[in-house]
Amino acid sequence: MNFFDFFTRLLAATLAMGTSLTYATLGEVFTEKTGVLNLGMEGTMLMGALAGFATAFNTGSLFLGLLMAMFVGAILSLLHAFLCITMRANQVVSGLAITMFGTGLANFLGQRLGPATNRFNLTGMNLSSKFDNISIPLLSDIPIIGALFNVSILTYALYFLLPFAWFFMYKTKYGMVVRAVGENPKTAASMGISVSKIRYLYTTLGGVFAGLGGACLSLSFIPSWNEGMTGGKGWIVIALVIFSTWNPGRVVIGTLVFGGITSLQFSLQAAGFRMVIPAQFLGFSPYLITLLVLSIMTIVNQKKKGSFASPAALGTSFAIDDK
Amino acid sequence: MRLGLEKRDYRSKRMVVLVPIISLLISFILGALVLALVKANPIQTYSAMIRGAFGSQTRTQYTIAKAIPMLLCGLAVGVAFRLKFWNIGAEGQYVSGVIGITWVMQFWTFVPDALLLAVGMLVGILFGALWGGIPGVLKAQWGVDETLTTLMMNYIIIGYAEYLYITAWKAPRGNMGTILYPEAAWLPRIWGRVHAGIYFALILVVILWFVLYKTRWGFELNMIGKNQRAARCQGVSIRKNIILAMLLSGGIAGLAGVIDSAAITHQLTKGVNSGYGFTGIIVAWMSGLNPFASIIVALIMAALETGSDALQILRLPSAMGEVMQGLILIPLLAGSVFTDYKLVVHTKHKEATA
Repeated sequence: MNFFDFFTRLLAATLAMGTSLTYATLGEVFTEKTGVLNLGMEGTMLMGALAGFATAFNTGSLFLGLLMAMFVGAILSLLHAFLCITMRANQVVSGLAITMFGTGLANFLGQRLGPATNRFNLTGMNLSSKFDNISIPLLSDIPIIGALFNVSILTYALYFLLPFAWFFMYKTKYGMVVRAVGENPKTAASMGISVSKIRYLYTTLGGVFAGLGGACLSLSFIPSWNEGMTGGKGWIVIALVIFSTWNPGRVVIGTLVFGGITSLQFSLQAAGFRMVIPAQFLGFSPYLITLLVLSIMTIVNQKKKGSFASPAALGTSFAIDDK
Repeated sequence: MRLGLEKRDYRSKRMVVLVPIISLLISFILGALVLALVKANPIQTYSAMIRGAFGSQTRTQYTIAKAIPMLLCGLAVGVAFRLKFWNIGAEGQYVSGVIGITWVMQFWTFVPDALLLAVGMLVGILFGALWGGIPGVLKAQWGVDETLTTLMMNYIIIGYAEYLYITAWKAPRGNMGTILYPEAAWLPRIWGRVHAGIYFALILVVILWFVLYKTRWGFELNMIGKNQRAARCQGVSIRKNIILAMLLSGGIAGLAGVIDSAAITHQLTKGVNSGYGFTGIIVAWMSGLNPFASIIVALIMAALETGSDALQILRLPSAMGEVMQGLILIPLLAGSVFTDYKLVVHTKHKEATA
């Protein structure tokens, strides 16, 4: 295999793997920016993957599947928002509950929404079509970066969504409201902003993106349903949000690096290289790197009083009558 | 007219007991809805689950054996939660404990057989304490967010354990798992599958109850959890207590892993991250961090797992157990607000005068 081929394939695999992570991470960045931590990502993504697949499988429409995944993602994170914002429940425990419930429900329904011929089991079923790669003539022939122009519509959408998300967060007044609510809800409230409404809105939006991220897996990456097919991607999302330092503009760096690390294992193996580093070490490297990044950022910040990237009110509940 | 919440002057004792019980009932109703949605008979399903969990001696033994590590993980998480340290890393601390005991069993050949189990358990507990202590120190010294560090550390140690049982410590035969611990070092079984680990768990319940409710240290932990600033004014060292509590929490989670591997699996192998650490969070939360109440909750959680395994007869997925475990927390989280707040009705008239 020649050099260019290898890197073109590596980039293609990275993009395919990174798309799902990018949607969900982007969603979680917006949620956390308003001060709400949603640890329900893993369960929400899996429910998204299932809802998307089951809908597409039973109706034959990929777009309906995508819509259903977003809808289910919205419902699950709306539940999280209700528990944490209205009922003032602990965000950590509520998020974990969403993940446990979502994971369980997806695995349960996966064995009930399939065809009667397979005892209603969806496991191992395949879609007749998927969101295929669309190659742009000429551009896709460029060595290596040509891979950027031979991706599915879900990935192309990100090319527009990511710059827009950055612009929205830092250059519009809506983004300013988001940041105000996450940094200092009390001040935001005194400026007449409804903290609860904003938090509800962006927590739900985060769920929509998580559902979409899940659907990217089951409608494009591997167009089938398997129990637990997210395989911990929802936890990597939590790590990637930290890695991006809560900046939507940097989300893509993390997803490319970590998508790349994962794809590299497969690419190297396919190219016949013996792995020097055990596969499991590559597997946990996102978590290790995030742990180091988080610790170093916090320590450095404490030493020189810089502005730490994590939203100040992250994980705390807020009510106007709180003193 | 508008509904609102008003802070109670005191925590409602009645609600502390009532809310978990009512929540449990609600979650079973919600579960029935899920079942009805997929055209399964809820009553039939639930009775099959109960029979699956307690229907015979063997099944009861399985349920109790499963409840032991869940109870220990619940106790572990509860210690940290008491001072509002959100340790969601019991899963990793559990795995760390299993790695510790397995290391002793594999390589500490100089230890005489009679001492092997005791030494292995001790090292495992230390490993768990270490894995819990790191996020404790990071938080106490530099304020690094513990939710995120404990979460990340779970997946680091799970990945490392996988490397150990697939590559580094793999037994010559088979494609995964270490060689079995020497039989002399197995934790004895006392009633079918129920093993001596139950003594450790129950004794720990009593000790923890005493320490947390009757000693000065327990009082200090509570004070930190309730009001950190007030605790600091009273001269309580927040740093020292966070680190101590996390060493204890990690150590107990490590003990859970040590006990389960010494009594049930006898090796480090696939499935070591069985989710007991996460179930422990439900146990701690549902029991209101009370060690005695944790026993009952751990039994319910274990019964949901063993009970749902029996659902195959009804051609229902065993994932129903997972659904129920997640579902149990949701009404509880929604209802807990009523222990500290009361529901009040604001009428227009009242608002105008206020």
